[in-house]
Amino acid sequence: MSKSERPTRLFRNLNAKVASIPMILTALVVFVGGTAWTVLYSFTNSKLLPRMSFVGLDQYYRLWATPRWLISIENLLIYGVISLVFSLVIGFLLAALLDQKIRFEDVFRTVFLYPFALSFIVTGLVWQWLLNPDFGVQRVVRDLGWTSFAFDPLYNSSIVIYGISIAALWQGTGLVMCLMLAGLRGIDEDIWKAARVDGIPTWKTYLFVIIPMMRPVFITTLVIIAAGIVKVYDLVVAQTSGGPGIASEVPAKYVYDYMFFAQNLGQGFAASTMMLLSVVIVIVPWAYLEFGGRKRG
Amino acid sequence: MRYNLMAAALAAATALSFAGPAAATDLEVTHWWTSGGEAAAVAELAKAFDATGNHWVDGAIAGSGGTARPIMISRITGGDPMGATQFNHGRQAEELVQAGLMRDLTDLATKDKWTEIVRPKSLLDSCTIGGKIYCVPVNIHSWQWLWLSNEAFAKAGVPVPKDWNEFVAAAPALEKAGIVPLAVGGQAWQASGAFDVLMAAVGGTDTFLKVYKDKDAKFAAGPEIAKVFKAADDARKMAKNTNVQDWNQATNMVITGKAGGQIMGDWAQGEFQVAGKTAGKDYTCLPGLGLNEVIATGGDAFYFPLLKDADKAKAQEVLAETLLDPKTQVAFNLKKGSLPVRGDVDLNTANDCMKKGLAILAKGAVMPWTDQLLSQDSQKQKEDLFSEFFAKPELTVEEAQKRFAAIIASAD
Repeated sequence: MSKSERPTRLFRNLNAKVASIPMILTALVVFVGGTAWTVLYSFTNSKLLPRMSFVGLDQYYRLWATPRWLISIENLLIYGVISLVFSLVIGFLLAALLDQKIRFEDVFRTVFLYPFALSFIVTGLVWQWLLNPDFGVQRVVRDLGWTSFAFDPLYNSSIVIYGISIAALWQGTGLVMCLMLAGLRGIDEDIWKAARVDGIPTWKTYLFVIIPMMRPVFITTLVIIAAGIVKVYDLVVAQTSGGPGIASEVPAKYVYDYMFFAQNLGQGFAASTMMLLSVVIVIVPWAYLEFGGRKRG
Repeated sequence: MRYNLMAAALAAATALSFAGPAAATDLEVTHWWTSGGEAAAVAELAKAFDATGNHWVDGAIAGSGGTARPIMISRITGGDPMGATQFNHGRQAEELVQAGLMRDLTDLATKDKWTEIVRPKSLLDSCTIGGKIYCVPVNIHSWQWLWLSNEAFAKAGVPVPKDWNEFVAAAPALEKAGIVPLAVGGQAWQASGAFDVLMAAVGGTDTFLKVYKDKDAKFAAGPEIAKVFKAADDARKMAKNTNVQDWNQATNMVITGKAGGQIMGDWAQGEFQVAGKTAGKDYTCLPGLGLNEVIATGGDAFYFPLLKDADKAKAQEVLAETLLDPKTQVAFNLKKGSLPVRGDVDLNTANDCMKKGLAILAKGAVMPWTDQLLSQDSQKQKEDLFSEFFAKPELTVEEAQKRFAAIIASAD
């Protein structure tokens, strides 16, 4: 009798625990299990079908000796820095401007957010046409009279990744703006009043008061943008399919091409493991600071 | 009287359906034949198969073999196999066969004496793994053709070249007339294929086999191959203003006289045909780039995944027989611009270019192609190298050859 009065910790909140079993299983089997399986098989020489014959680090040696992979990494870094910096800066600026109690705010918000409703494939195709020298911006400017005007980033190996970044920014900044706007609206009106009473200029208030207060919003945004950067694939496929040559290849495309086109699962798994590793390198220190810090505090 | 006739017809129909294949079985056939000429050719296959009382469910996958093959393979390995699927015969489906996912056609082949009717023999060899036959070759496609626009050369005021060297010499005149000398589309396989063609033409058959069959990396780094890279360097300079992606868009540049020529397999012929152009008058074709008149026996074949459904399995056999039927072979290959896989069919209606190909085939001047010699993995590495080589002038010939030799050294 007395036992049933004091249920053990395990049975407390039983309904909630039962309800979360499917999700726990999914997380363990699909996410953790799938990841472990991929990493394990990246040490094999699996071709079209996975098979257990270990070759040590051979796939990794080959990966890091492949020019295409190195170009992919370089492109991802450039693309990553550009998307991160510009989408945060532009997104925040747009949000701050919209926050000035302007007219037709809803209209502007919709307009800026609208590109986000399009998939990367559609975005890529639209920008492929816009940046095509024979049909897009270059043609329009030339027809206006500047006949020597040249703007063909997608056909120039050395700047093609910037052409792709433009499309990504066009698509992604709207979302960042919305998140930032939500963050700005969450700031208490009294803070602004206090700053004004103290005679602090608006830009200083933003920089030293408001932005530090928006830290959670920034972190959410950062995670969303960063995830988008690492997995960029469809935008490149739609815009250039990796061209000209292999100048706009990205890691995710390398993984896909080698797993399915080259029928070399081992090589693809090695590449995807490297992608995972890069995410882990970014996430772990951040998670440690974020969650480890809370415990101490 | 009338009643009797009906009854007889009915009886005959019933008898037929018992004796022959089960009536109207749907069989999904996947392939990547989507350009104008290709679609017309595949419609012939569908028509012939439908005439046997079955139903061809067309599973065309757009975007060339590179896009289509992963989809096909993941359907087969993922447990949702189609009734039949196209591959280039050779090594693309090797592992699927080894994993026991494909159907062994040896019994059917013995019954219908495929070994006697299919020529050249190497075609069936490519379908044979471990002594068993797993695919039905439907055509012979050879890569080694140079397609030239007579109109473009007339405009530039130079005679139509008779071989690759003359073509290179004519390039400046073409450029002056505002014509792109050589059209090479942006897809990676086109650059890689063009290089292989140059190797077979400039280097010769033995050189080609030494590199791709014996995988002699030292030879691949040597002076013979340096000559081939020199030719490839000419090619990339001639191709630098192409700005199209798909091969048929590049072919279209030749058809409309915007480009002087294109190195492309004989499947390009279907495009000329659809555009209503005449071989010899509007365009010229040079097998082996006019230097080495040998054709490769690459091509397309149909593979049949192992199915549980008995009706479908029977329909697979019917399809296999239909594909090799002389009538289907002629109808299909005329539209496709490829050569039939059997020597005993009548191809009087073939045009000039196909006749050239048939004559070379009859002489026995054939060689295997990279699809048959290299794994997909090595092919892909080669494609990465050559698409970079063609798009990036800063990549030197020496550096490219060094990388090429490294790929050959690790090739399997």
